[in-house]
Amino acid sequence: MLLKRLSEAFAVSSREDEVREILRQELKEVTNEIRTDVLGNLIANNKFNEGMPKVMLCAHMDEIGLMVTYIEDNGVLRFESVGSIDQRVLVSKAVRIGKNKVPGVIGAKAIHLQEPDERKKILKIRDLYIDVGAKDKKSAEKIVNIGDYVTFDTHFQELPGDHVKGKAFDDRIGCLILVEAMKRLRDSDLNIYAVFSTQEEVGTRGAGVAAYAIDPDLALVIEATTASDVPSVDKALYSTAVGKGPAITVMDRSFIAHQGIRERLESVATEHGIPYQLRQLLGGGTDAGKIHLTREGIPSGGISVPCRYIHSPVSIASMDDVNNAVELVVRFVESIEQKGLPRI
Amino acid sequence: MKEVLRKLSETYGPSGHEYRIREIIKEEISGFVDEIREDTMGNLIAVKRASRGKAEAKVMVAAHMDEIGLIVTHIDDNGFIRFSNIGGVSPFISIGQRVIFSNGAIGTVYHEPIEDISKLKLENMYIDIGAQDKESAMKIVKIGDAAGFHRPLEWVGERGIGKSMDNRAGCAVAVETIKKVGRTPNDVYFVFTSQEEVGLRGARTAAYGIAPDVGIAVDVTSTGDTPEAKTMAVKLGGGTAIKVRDASVICNPLVRERLIEIAEANGIPYQLEILERGGTDAGSIHLTREGIPSGVISVPCRYIHSPSEMIDYYDMVNSIELLTKALQSPFKMFAGS
Amino acid sequence: MELRRRDFMDFKEVLKHLSEAGGVSGQEGPVRYIASDALGKYADDVRVDTFGNIVALKRATIQRTNESPRVMLAAHYDEIGLIVTKIEERGFLRFSTVGGVDPRTLPGQEVVVQGREPFVGIIGAKPPHVQSPGESKNVIKLEELFIDIGLSEDEAKKFIKVGDLVNFKRDFVELSDNMVAGKSMDDRAGLVVILKALKELSMLNHQVDVYAVATVQEEVGVRGATVSTYGITPDIGIAIDVTHGHMEGVSKRDTVQMGGGSAISIGPHVHPKLFQSFVDISREVNIPYQIEASPTPAGTDAFAIQITREGVASALISIPLRYMHTSVEVASMDDIKEAGRLIAAFIARIDQQYVEELKCF
Repeated sequence: MLLKRLSEAFAVSSREDEVREILRQELKEVTNEIRTDVLGNLIANNKFNEGMPKVMLCAHMDEIGLMVTYIEDNGVLRFESVGSIDQRVLVSKAVRIGKNKVPGVIGAKAIHLQEPDERKKILKIRDLYIDVGAKDKKSAEKIVNIGDYVTFDTHFQELPGDHVKGKAFDDRIGCLILVEAMKRLRDSDLNIYAVFSTQEEVGTRGAGVAAYAIDPDLALVIEATTASDVPSVDKALYSTAVGKGPAITVMDRSFIAHQGIRERLESVATEHGIPYQLRQLLGGGTDAGKIHLTREGIPSGGISVPCRYIHSPVSIASMDDVNNAVELVVRFVESIEQKGLPRI
Repeated sequence: MKEVLRKLSETYGPSGHEYRIREIIKEEISGFVDEIREDTMGNLIAVKRASRGKAEAKVMVAAHMDEIGLIVTHIDDNGFIRFSNIGGVSPFISIGQRVIFSNGAIGTVYHEPIEDISKLKLENMYIDIGAQDKESAMKIVKIGDAAGFHRPLEWVGERGIGKSMDNRAGCAVAVETIKKVGRTPNDVYFVFTSQEEVGLRGARTAAYGIAPDVGIAVDVTSTGDTPEAKTMAVKLGGGTAIKVRDASVICNPLVRERLIEIAEANGIPYQLEILERGGTDAGSIHLTREGIPSGVISVPCRYIHSPSEMIDYYDMVNSIELLTKALQSPFKMFAGS
Repeated sequence: MELRRRDFMDFKEVLKHLSEAGGVSGQEGPVRYIASDALGKYADDVRVDTFGNIVALKRATIQRTNESPRVMLAAHYDEIGLIVTKIEERGFLRFSTVGGVDPRTLPGQEVVVQGREPFVGIIGAKPPHVQSPGESKNVIKLEELFIDIGLSEDEAKKFIKVGDLVNFKRDFVELSDNMVAGKSMDDRAGLVVILKALKELSMLNHQVDVYAVATVQEEVGVRGATVSTYGITPDIGIAIDVTHGHMEGVSKRDTVQMGGGSAISIGPHVHPKLFQSFVDISREVNIPYQIEASPTPAGTDAFAIQITREGVASALISIPLRYMHTSVEVASMDDIKEAGRLIAAFIARIDQQYVEELKCF
């Protein structure tokens, strides 16, 4: 299963090599040209159609993770986060370090040894460390380096009711959707550029330069987004819910969706009976933030698949939502072929 | 000018929803400009060509059209509307305010009971549009709809109090300048920008497209003349303000000096402005392409981002005067480098 | 202008002049003359752009293709400082900060106010005798401080305007073990690294055009690098900045070793191949280096350079520095020179093919 391979691959921001390789293989058969740029973005397009509009579809390859910043004399590794991670989820997790995927664990003082008050305090990222079993600094230095990237050691698994669990669904799910959409759009008369971007989690760094190079007429960003349909969250604060279809972006902290694109997405979904929701959470930013401000401005929209426990070592999503998102992307692009670019 | 300001101030136009402001401005300036167009970000670009042959320089004047606002995130079973902010909206200032949606629906903003009011956040607040339940509310508004403050502009002597002086005051300055300036030695691109309040966005793409030799933003700025105000040399009624710097831009010294010279030569009262927090379109413009020398003419304004922003009529008149005179002089020193 | 065409004895002397000159973000003029003179000595062409960035070009000595690849070296020459916000009665100046200034370092600091002419001033605060008991235990707030230049209100208003910039005044001093101290080592030390690299290159052949850029407005948001990179459109951009060196009271995990050589950054804002090349070359030609993990890209010119236009392969080389953003920053001349050698060695080794491969992932 492609999502399993994508999810289990190691691709902390700026070290997206494994995901890029999987995607390159998948896209070989269905696209005309594949290239990379200096930031590591993977850009694939269908056959070139002279004079036709350029549509950029974008999903990011990178995931949040950690980086080794210091090796203590006793051989444990200090680290910082790459991208934003809730530090409270780190303790008691298994990780893999560097190119050789050295296994390690993020431990903490046993509960038996703690004072009652200690249990109430959060464990800060500065106080945590990775244990690779090394007996001292010298022995640790044989297997890891300062600057090594670290990812969570999480296995992909299918769960009941068409659900899946795994790491890095943000945004491997988007990558999967984009691959599946390209398979169906290979013969489109539009110029479709699939951009698998890098470094989204550290400030949406990759997508902007790709957009500058492509200079598309329209961009659609495919993301995973927070689903807050869990106990103890006030319904009013639900951003999206799992299983209710892909979410269409109205606005987030980084951009206001182009109104024409947003309306077109809604009407296409309605026309083809694709369930959808509107993304209500306005926090966070996506690649669209950079793309829409490129050059003279690029009309941009976003759709996202709701995932629970995003930005943690493991998240849950619904394959129904994924399939509906593929359908929505394909139908949306087809609508451009038929009716032209959406206007305000 | 007061009538133009009234129309602009009272009209709905949160970031990303500037279309009504665009229409008003288009109507006001038609006949006074050579070209007029809109771009994908929703900027309105009006061009006044130079008087003879080749222009001395290409000057971009930017005034943002958008205002801060609220955006619907959830409608509950009883028809109350939960919202988030568009731009810098204070929960405290929002309590009890009237707001208006694009379709004319009116609501008021209030908060859940709270013990410590200083902990008030927007997520504990709601808009009440008088709906009986969810179903009837959904007929009037839907998720993603935006609302703005709803207030008439009123004059107290020569001071105007109203919503969205930030930055309809700047728009009015630009509109009046267009009517007054006549032919100049420069090609002047008047850009009424979108989405300034959410990150100086419209000005950025417009500046890229126009690639001007110099940029001048027209916006409002805070004052330091209210009780216990933080140190700031700008006073309401003290004249137009020429910006030195804010959080988004250090104004190009040559542009700044040029504006000062012009003000002094024409006896236009001015003050020098340093704004500690906040930015303006010049922040985007000056970083475009290889860098565009930029300056800012500001209209002093008290109580920014409240529904009762106060400006002084003569500060606006002086701002128009300064902008007009500045555009009428050749900006050659910046051209074609 | 008497500084024009000045010749310096050695890099320490250049650094002394650069360090002592004023150049707060937005008004870098006084440093500009010194920096462009120094760069001009090794470059084929020097220009200043509309922003104030100094761009010195040293052309490839071996040209294999029509257009040689371009390498940009960037060190910022602006400094943190103060800005006059109001002229008070009796001529005292109120001010706010430009860039990351720690207000606790200000009381009793000598400064230069860059008015119509430069004025020496002192940052004053309420004297201890008139303070209420216990007041001396609190940090003095920025609002309570003022600059005293000894002029009356009328005189002050004649020579000083709101918006005039203020730089710290500090003589450059040589310490033991080839360490030096002064203000604005951040990032004039980086500028000297570039000078050293250009000097080394004058004795080597290279196949790339080298754009040595002294950037402005880094301290207020890497603005100079943003526009100069757009103008130059380099294939590779190397930012040279400072990083925290070991000092009392700070954990070793947050610092690098003073005198331990250049800190080569690894992280998202550094191209993986450039990182590897710098490490490999350091080993090959025996130049001391250390590795600095920087998981979050922000705060240096490399951040701006990397995402310009279609993207630029970027790297970050840092000089260990103590007491950053005070007027007594300490750096090691050895680190500065070794970093210059490293960059020259890198430039001499790369060619068109190397640049092309940076796009192949």
